Amino acid sequence: MISRRLVLTGAALISASAAIPRAFAQAPAGPFTLPPLPYPVNKNEPHIDAMTMELHHDKHHAAYVKNLNDAVAGNADLAKMPLQDMLANLAKVPDSLRTVIRNNGGGHANHTMFWQIMGGAGGMPTGEVKTAIERDLGGFAAFQTAFNTAGEKQFGSGWVFVTVDRAGKLALVAKPNQDTPLMEGERVLMGNDVWEHAYYLKYQNRRPDYLKAWWNVLDWAKIGERYAAAKAGTLTI
Amino acid sequence: MSFTLPELPYAYDALQPYMSKETLEYHHDKHHAAYVNTGNTLMQGTEFEGKSVEEVVKGSYGKNQPLFNNAGQHYNHLHFWKWMKPKGGGAIPGELEKKIISDLGSVEKMKEDFVAAGVGQFGSGWAWLAVKDGKIAIMKTPNGENPLVHGATPILGCDVWEHSYYIDYRNRRPDYLKAFLNDLVNWEYVAELYGNAGH
Repeated sequence: MISRRLVLTGAALISASAAIPRAFAQAPAGPFTLPPLPYPVNKNEPHIDAMTMELHHDKHHAAYVKNLNDAVAGNADLAKMPLQDMLANLAKVPDSLRTVIRNNGGGHANHTMFWQIMGGAGGMPTGEVKTAIERDLGGFAAFQTAFNTAGEKQFGSGWVFVTVDRAGKLALVAKPNQDTPLMEGERVLMGNDVWEHAYYLKYQNRRPDYLKAWWNVLDWAKIGERYAAAKAGTLTI
Repeated sequence: MSFTLPELPYAYDALQPYMSKETLEYHHDKHHAAYVNTGNTLMQGTEFEGKSVEEVVKGSYGKNQPLFNNAGQHYNHLHFWKWMKPKGGGAIPGELEKKIISDLGSVEKMKEDFVAAGVGQFGSGWAWLAVKDGKIAIMKTPNGENPLVHGATPILGCDVWEHSYYIDYRNRRPDYLKAFLNDLVNWEYVAELYGNAGH
């Protein structure tokens, strides 16, 4: 059966990749690059399986980077523009490039953030982020429930985000496909990917189980760094 | 009348190796079943109770988004199971083939454009052959939407939600679309819908 065969092949690939750094299929040229995963592909086991991490990073994210580079090739102004500025000004992007940049630029920004905030041990937020969650989102338990519900209700592909403004104020928002609050000029503290490719191999139709498990792999120290950067005005994507 | 989940018209393993038993079990027993159950819950006490699935799809579009999502997906999946068959993808019945060549250039061009529509549907959605204004057209729609709400009659649709192919094809959506056209499509059912489409 085809799926079994693929599963076995994938398992063999992953056991090799745990020891040896993988070569990424980088786009040959262009201003945007696929950032390496900041931890091994099995770091988020058992909540997010290694094969999902590998496909998600090496195939899905890589494709967004390649398509984004292809889109800006031949447009010197776009090619030198920071991604957050490009996404905040989609209306000024040429008509012929707007959708491809929205989809793939959004995909690149969202996934870059996503890898950063995982790889941790979950638990409770601390420090300023904890205080902000209590002040703006009704406390950690209420926040988790509202976040998971937003993820369940996002019909089809999309993301759930927490935005953060320069004053450190947090808000919850869901977006379809690869749209991001960066498109409204906002900054993203953290977010979870609810495209089926983010969870289907392990959770299949059980998106609520994936949403619940995801909290166990968060790196609250990294999220704290993003929070501080947002207040300092240095957070980009 | 409420929505009901139909039985698959073939065994769960009948479409292998192009679509696995595991995929069909989740897709039919979990995803389609959830659209049926959620759709029925959302219809209770609304003007749509007792209406046909086509009427619910058209009537809820732009008015009741959660109901539309589930009704649209129920309609789409009702046909999706019948749009496939074991050893499918063979010759296209004569009259339909002539119409495809006349409206879309050639059978090869139709397949090329259908795959491009499915690949180009960013995120979740469907690729279609539909009859609109007497002609067969290639269409694509997001999420649970379908040609019914765009003044057209669907005669073939391929589900490009990742749940339809991720177990078997991973990120390789083009390979899934090609296998669907070349090895799975039940062209007799497509021809039947074309015959009913009032062209």
